[in-house]
Amino acid sequence: MPDAAPPILAQFQSADGQRTGPPLSLPSDVTPEQLTILINSFLSHDDPRPYSFYIDDTEIVHSVHADILSTATRSTEDTLTIVYQPQAFFKVRAVTRCSTTMTGHTEAVLSVSFSPDGSQLASGSGDTTVRIWDLTTETPRYTCRGHAKWVLAIAWAPTGRVLASGAMDNHVRLWDPATGEAVGGPLTGHKAWITSLAWEPLHINPKGTRLASSSKDGTVRVWDTTLRRCLFTLSGHTAAVTCVKWAGDGRIYSSSRDKTIKIWNPDGSLYKTLAGHAHWVNTLALSTDFALRTGATDHTARKPESEEQAREWALERYQAARGGAPERLISGSDDFTMLLWDPQASNKPVAKLCGHQKLVNHVSFSPDGRLIASASFDNSVKLWDGVTGKFLASLRGHVAAVYQVCWSADSRMLLSASKDSTLKVWDLKTKKLKIELPGHADEVYAVDWSPGGDRVASGGKDRVLKIWKH
Amino acid sequence: MPQNEYIEESIRRHGRRMDHAERKRKREARQVHKDAEFAQKVHGLKAKLYNKKRHSEKIQMKKTLKMHDEKNAKQKTDDAVPDGAVPAYLLDREGQQRAKVLSNMLKQKRKEKAGKWNVPLPKVRGIAEDEMFKVVKTGKSKSKAWKRMVTKPTFVGDGFTRKPPKYERFIRPMALRYKKANVTHPELKATFQLPIIGVKKNPQSPMYTQLGVLTKGTIIEVNVAELGLVTTGGKVLWGKYAQITNNPENDGCINALLLV
Repeated sequence: MPDAAPPILAQFQSADGQRTGPPLSLPSDVTPEQLTILINSFLSHDDPRPYSFYIDDTEIVHSVHADILSTATRSTEDTLTIVYQPQAFFKVRAVTRCSTTMTGHTEAVLSVSFSPDGSQLASGSGDTTVRIWDLTTETPRYTCRGHAKWVLAIAWAPTGRVLASGAMDNHVRLWDPATGEAVGGPLTGHKAWITSLAWEPLHINPKGTRLASSSKDGTVRVWDTTLRRCLFTLSGHTAAVTCVKWAGDGRIYSSSRDKTIKIWNPDGSLYKTLAGHAHWVNTLALSTDFALRTGATDHTARKPESEEQAREWALERYQAARGGAPERLISGSDDFTMLLWDPQASNKPVAKLCGHQKLVNHVSFSPDGRLIASASFDNSVKLWDGVTGKFLASLRGHVAAVYQVCWSADSRMLLSASKDSTLKVWDLKTKKLKIELPGHADEVYAVDWSPGGDRVASGGKDRVLKIWKH
Repeated sequence: MPQNEYIEESIRRHGRRMDHAERKRKREARQVHKDAEFAQKVHGLKAKLYNKKRHSEKIQMKKTLKMHDEKNAKQKTDDAVPDGAVPAYLLDREGQQRAKVLSNMLKQKRKEKAGKWNVPLPKVRGIAEDEMFKVVKTGKSKSKAWKRMVTKPTFVGDGFTRKPPKYERFIRPMALRYKKANVTHPELKATFQLPIIGVKKNPQSPMYTQLGVLTKGTIIEVNVAELGLVTTGGKVLWGKYAQITNNPENDGCINALLLV
């Protein structure tokens, strides 16, 4: 490296292609921290915001010289376009230790979920119960009995006042997390077990009363939880429905083992069928998933005063997550590929994401919607660009199938749960393993990072629920 | 040669004799005794044919009985919760090996220290030295008798180099050396042919352990890498102990049970 770093000519550009400021002559050993100060002064922010910088889709981690010029693809003669991306204001600290091992379930824990505001935790298990845990003392709080068979799916209402669970006994049940009592009897109608549940987003319905459930019998049913009846049945799939999502525009997305994804209008009519996969579609993710899940709550821990305000805030957050563009959809399949869709624009996928060597079990958009992580049975987690679908990195380290992935709220870290009984935290800046979390005695089936980022809950075949903290 | 079916015709016209049912019942009751008498008396080729026929008859009979049992047995109630819960994304996936495959390394280490295992074959038949070894006479006039040949199957490691034959006290014949064992996983209920890594303990004597003698009850270490077992720390497990359950010297193969 020369003693004096040669100057470079650089032009700042925002993610949507807007040029910011004039071309600048910068020393090539300029660091991202210095660039952040520059861009904050250009954009004249009152309080400085964190940014990350990219040249030709390569992130500047150390300095322009170390990351870009030393690879010899660009020289100091070129005018370099530096694309800046805003980062989350807050930082989530990586979980490093197991703070509690909570026993109670007498069979494998199949699903774990934090409430939208991160203050409550529930788990569904093979012992037919749903348990609600006290997060302040990290002890069991309520055991909800009612299902006759394995509880496969649980989902919190966006208000956090109701918990829904779906089980092998074909029933959906509702629970009151404040008392641990069942809210009425089961919602019956499905003819096979429930595979997935999705609540209506808060900004469409601030009361949060409608629930969609997908089942092995090939239908999706939409329930009104106050009237306690099935509003309509979405039947069109010819095989088991594997995943259901309720998008921010009110449409319902369902993926099925008949190789298609169907999109349903809010009134229950079929909007579109997306075909493209060559085998079962296992999982779906929306670019706005995180905003839809957390509803009105964000990192500032503000509390809405009324339902109307909650709706406004939720809508604000949803619009911000969409960023002016329509929601994107990613689907993972048994044909080892994922397809990225822009369902509003076209019936054809935007990109086909190839690279996995075994089936893709779970995909997830980062909370800011810029990245996609996919978990596959080929022991790897892969990272993809959330807009173009370009392959970014492969995160290897697990020695058995990866079941689930989970993002930290600031999109800077990724957590993966695997059959090899470990959880692994991956750093997205370096694209390397950050922390390994052994501790489970058997396969880890479910994991969730609380929306506030302070703790992680995981459960698996060893019947215990573990809470991980910094 | 019958002109027509005159018997059936007669029965149709006059009916059967009055004691027909009684006679029939008695004849059938007597038949088993007659068969038994015949079975005891018969010999030679006829016996062979008869036994074969009787054997297949018995199989058929057992099958019929079993079918009746199944029909009469009460069906399992539908509301029992099955064990081995799996999440929705693993339901309907074939080739799932649903069994506990993890090992507790700590437990295994502790056992190793104490030199005790809770093994499927706790007792073994003692094998005397003269059964185990054959004396090989050496020397010009075959007067020396200090050399021994192991008459049982052995495991010889990859890195083994022979001593000069002149000074080699124990000979382990090439024909009785084994490198692989058929190992059964007791919970997966599946058998895999796995390479042997070493002989951990031969319960007969420490000397046999050193020589790598494989007899019934010997604890061997096998390479389980292809089974995909993992430790609680998330590392792939490759060495695991197994106990030999057959008499390799009689069978020409090694069958073992994995210790989990």
